[in-house]
Amino acid sequence: MTAKLPPPQRKNPLLPTRQPLLPPSSRSRTALGLTAAAAEGRFALQVCADCGAVQYPPREACHACLGANLPWREVPAGGALIAETTVRITADPYFRQRTPWRTGIVALDCGPSVVAHLHGDVVPDGRVRMTLRLDKSGQGVMLALPGQDTPDMQDDRQMREMTCDPKGRRVLVTDGRNAFGQAMARAFIDVGAAGVFVGVADAWKPFPGQDKLAGEVVPLDITDTDSVHRLAASLGGRVEILVNTALHVRPGGILDRRDTVTAREEMEATYFGPMRLAQAFGPVLRSRGADGTHPACAWVNILSAYALAPTPTFGAFAATQAAALSLAHSLRAELRPLRVVNALVGPLDDEWHQAVPPPKVAPAALAASVLRALRDGIEDLAVGDIAQDLLARWKDNPTTLARELAAG
Amino acid sequence: MSLRAAYDGVVAAVPVTVPYERYSIHGAHWWIGRALHEAVRVAGLRPRDIDGLCVSSFSLGNDTAVGLTQHFGLSPRWLDHIPMGGAAGVVGLRRAARAVQMGDADIVACVAGDTNAPDSFRRMLAGFSRFAADASYPYGAGGPNASFALLTDAYMRRYGATREDFGRICVAQRQNALSFPHALMKRPLTMEQYLAARPIADPVALFDCVMPCAGAEAFLVMREDTARAMGLPGVRVLATIERHNAFPEDPIQLRGGWAMDCGELYAMAGLTPDGIDVVQTYDDYPVIIMLQFEDLGFCAKGEAPAFVRHHDLTCGGTFPHNTSGGQLSVGQAGAAGGYLGLVEAMRQITGQALGAQVAGAKTALAAGFGMINYDRGLCSGAAILAAA
Ligand SMILES: [Zn+2]
Repeated sequence: MTAKLPPPQRKNPLLPTRQPLLPPSSRSRTALGLTAAAAEGRFALQVCADCGAVQYPPREACHACLGANLPWREVPAGGALIAETTVRITADPYFRQRTPWRTGIVALDCGPSVVAHLHGDVVPDGRVRMTLRLDKSGQGVMLALPGQDTPDMQDDRQMREMTCDPKGRRVLVTDGRNAFGQAMARAFIDVGAAGVFVGVADAWKPFPGQDKLAGEVVPLDITDTDSVHRLAASLGGRVEILVNTALHVRPGGILDRRDTVTAREEMEATYFGPMRLAQAFGPVLRSRGADGTHPACAWVNILSAYALAPTPTFGAFAATQAAALSLAHSLRAELRPLRVVNALVGPLDDEWHQAVPPPKVAPAALAASVLRALRDGIEDLAVGDIAQDLLARWKDNPTTLARELAAG
Repeated sequence: MSLRAAYDGVVAAVPVTVPYERYSIHGAHWWIGRALHEAVRVAGLRPRDIDGLCVSSFSLGNDTAVGLTQHFGLSPRWLDHIPMGGAAGVVGLRRAARAVQMGDADIVACVAGDTNAPDSFRRMLAGFSRFAADASYPYGAGGPNASFALLTDAYMRRYGATREDFGRICVAQRQNALSFPHALMKRPLTMEQYLAARPIADPVALFDCVMPCAGAEAFLVMREDTARAMGLPGVRVLATIERHNAFPEDPIQLRGGWAMDCGELYAMAGLTPDGIDVVQTYDDYPVIIMLQFEDLGFCAKGEAPAFVRHHDLTCGGTFPHNTSGGQLSVGQAGAAGGYLGLVEAMRQITGQALGAQVAGAKTALAAGFGMINYDRGLCSGAAILAAA
């Protein structure tokens, strides 16, 4: 059974910091389907549309009938471990830092045999549940879990390379002035985060929820470059998860506004803000991406699902969200081995969405979704019914979605 | 089953080994060039007498056999490039034999060679194949050690083989290697040392693994009367088989392609396993040797562990096997590893052994196995040879 992971120890200053190396990342384009599924926590493989044969490794032609129509579909994740090994010697620098490393071959109930990373509680000849996870390169990989959950299974050493469990880690929630940041801070404390820092701008100005604010308040205004850098200088090396909860939602289309002043403010908060955070905190978080038992692991963006395609009633705001989503995609490449989690949310249950009918996303629901994503190693999530609906429509046809929303 | 035409009137001759080195500053072209040079020297030929060329190598960079013709100043009328690793020798032989038999070429030089630099093996593994890059290398990056560890683990579970059983094979091959001048491993190996060796990828330990090195192997294929006229001892090709991606439905590889074609191999040769004097299996890992003992008919499936317990596999033993020491003791010079057993078989049955000679050996079987594309070796082949 998995041994309970002790809390992080104070670092021995004489020991070198383990460099944030990456596992092998080269993949064929087709194999990136595994990564897309892993990012959403789905177990999907190519399934031949002509004959139904399940394919693995990813292919360009069906191994049973040579058909070329091989859509990615969720498939049964059960299987049996039929061989295993513990790799003790490897020439790859990432794995060399992490040997011994246990892998195996799983005969999936749906057909193929897959080489997989093994959770420590998987037993020889035992039943397993296969999952697709993102590794530290951000690529989708197979991780076999024991057939039944085991105590403390989140603490498994190999599994932790593919998850971002907040337990024992220190979290910076960038904006505690709104209910979503407050709920997020509370949730991290509840799951055993080692510390939660909550950024508050203009602390002299009272705000709702101030009296019940959980976590340690730190001064942070992400529209102010000096403020961001000051905090990073004092806190940067003590944060393993950063959650940007700074929201700046203002209704209105393009013509509703007489000038660009409001839009500039929105861009300051939702585009330049994350950019400042990334430039100030990104390098030190990345450099600590393999440090100790609880390395820096995640960068969380809360973004409107209308980043995918705008709704005209929030048209100016949606444009800032599209910019922020694009920035987040680039951060993904630059922050490796950190996980960049994009939580796409539907309309929030806040003062700016009073005219929007439900369903709306409540603060506690958003916090719970983000925590689940971190624990499960998910990188792309849509929170709430509206966001999930938008994402499904966008995946079906992004052009149709844009037209559909523009038609009102 | 309709048998294929025999390889009448064709022989393989002039077995060449360019002594291996652990690391080399020379490229694969140099090693292949040395092997060809030695082949024409021994045969008393001019380079331009080679009108057929068959090449295998992993480390030619962007070159293929085509580039080598210009590099070496050859103008062959028959050219092949065989990217089959451990099966390259057998496959090269059977293609060259047909070409000579049908008159497409008179003298085919079959050659395999690779170089080895301190980091070249890792780089070769990382980009070995699309399936490996997508679906096996990212899992611990153990390379072939890990892949064969998985097969070894599955074989041990299924058939009850023990580490000692694999050790018997490795210890006997080291004994054979002690008299083979080109072996990189020159010290005796005891069972105690084998069992106590550093684990590499459980259950595979150090002495189950080949040592990557630089080297080259070659032979010539020509008509029997040509060889006789030049005074070259040759071997006849009684039968060959090759098979790729055999038994794709097997969830894990516990048998190789030989099992599909074994019957035809012996029928074509007009022999039974009892009639083979010397056996050279492909020995990248001892578990694959056990598969070959079974799939090539020397014992039933699952009985290789008992087979190795009841036979002496040394040159003077009851079942002379991998008589030069095999790759496990000589080293694995990339694609040349697919030639090593074949070249050694030619020497043994023509009385030209460089090390211990198996007394009275007249027939030999050499097998090949190659290319862990994802989870299993895809190429298999075997040839039965007889002294001409
Ligand atoms: Zn099909």
